[in-house]
Amino acid sequence: MNPLDYKFLSEFLQSNSGLHLGENKEYLLESRLTPVAQSLGLSGIGELIQSLKRMPTLELKTTVVEAMTTNETLFFRDSKPFDDLARQMIPEIMEANKTQRTIRIWCAASSTGQEPYSIAMQLRESFPELSSGWNVKIVATDIDGQILAKAQQGQYSQFEIQRGLSIQRLIKYFDKNEKGWQLKPEIRNEISWKQLNLLKDFGMMGQFDIIFCRNVLIYFTPEVKKQILDRMAKHISHNGYLILGGAETILGISDAYYRAEGCLSASFHPHSTKSSGVTALR
Amino acid sequence: MVKILLVDDSRTVRLVGRRMMEKMGFEVLEAEHGEDALVVIGKHPDVTAILLDWNMPVMNGLDFLKALRALPLPKQPSVVMCTTENDMGHIMEAMDAGANEYIMKPFTEDIVRDKLEVVGIL
Repeated sequence: MNPLDYKFLSEFLQSNSGLHLGENKEYLLESRLTPVAQSLGLSGIGELIQSLKRMPTLELKTTVVEAMTTNETLFFRDSKPFDDLARQMIPEIMEANKTQRTIRIWCAASSTGQEPYSIAMQLRESFPELSSGWNVKIVATDIDGQILAKAQQGQYSQFEIQRGLSIQRLIKYFDKNEKGWQLKPEIRNEISWKQLNLLKDFGMMGQFDIIFCRNVLIYFTPEVKKQILDRMAKHISHNGYLILGGAETILGISDAYYRAEGCLSASFHPHSTKSSGVTALR
Repeated sequence: MVKILLVDDSRTVRLVGRRMMEKMGFEVLEAEHGEDALVVIGKHPDVTAILLDWNMPVMNGLDFLKALRALPLPKQPSVVMCTTENDMGHIMEAMDAGANEYIMKPFTEDIVRDKLEVVGIL
C-alpha cells in the first residue's frame, strides 16, 4: 500500500469513526479491507480507495468503517461485567472493606478508555453512597502512550459514543464540542492513567479489589498468558476478582484462580494472596 | 416475527436499514414521512419499534412522534430517532417528546444493534 493511500485511509477512519490507526498498520487495513473490496466486485484496496474518493456514499463509508472497527472497544462492552459489579462485586467489597473504606479497580488494557469510564459511570449510578467517605480508585493502564493520551481527554467521535452507550448516559455524562463529544470532568477525573506493558513487572501497582483484563490476553501465547495471569493474581486482594473477556478462560492456562460463584461474566478469584509479597498500596 | 417500522424519506437509508434489520430477524415495514407512518401504524398497531428520521416532507419525525404518543395503542412502540441532527438541543427535544433512543447518522449495523438492545428489542 502506498503512503498516500495509507494516509487517506487513516484520515478517513479518524474522521468517520474516531479510530486512531497509528503507523505500520498496513497489514490490518489489508486483512480487513481486501474482503470488503472483493465483496463489492472491486479489484483490491486501491480501487476501494478510489471509490471512497469519487463516490463516498453512506453505504460504502459505513461498510469500510464497520470492517475496520470490528472488535474495537466500546462503552459497557458485553454488559455482564457491569451487571456483576453492581449486583455482587461492589456490595461484597464494600462489606469487606467497610473499615478502610477503599475500593481499587485496575483496567489492565484500557485502550481508548471506554472501559474505565463505563466502570466510573456504573459506580456513580449504582452506588451513590461511594461519593461520601469512600476512596475509590480506578487505575487504567495501556501499553500505548498515544492511546492513553486520547483516553485521558475523554474525547470521542459521534461513532464511538453511539457504541454501547444509552442516550440517557450521553446526555448525563457528555458535553458536545467542535471535535465531537467529551466526557464531563467529574467522570474524567475519576480515572488515574498509567502507561504499562503487561509483559513487564507490575512494580508499584499495588493491590486491587478487581482487575479487568478483558480481550487482551488473546494476543499472547499460552506461556505469556500464564505468566501475566500468575503475576496478576498476586495483585488481587483476598476475595477480589479478575474479570476476563466473555470468550476467555483461565482453564488449562493458570491454576492461580478459581471461578467466582454467582457471576455472569468470566470472573475469577485468586487462590491466595497471603504469600505474595506484594505491598498493599491503599 | 417482531415488526419494525423504518420512517425515512431517503430511499437509500430505507434500503440500508431494511437490509440490516432483516439480517437481525425483524419484519421491516417502511414509510416515507410521518403521515405515511401514521397510516402504517393504523394498519399494523403491533409494531414493536420505529426507527424515525427527523427531517422529512409532509410530516416531520418530531410531529409524528407527538401524534404517535397521543394514539390509544394497546402498546406504544419504542421509538429510536435516527437523524443527522446531532446537537444536545435536538436530542433533548426528541427525548422530551417521547423518544426512547437516538441514533446520529451516519449509522452502522453495530450502532443499530446496540440501540435496539438498549431499548430491549434485541
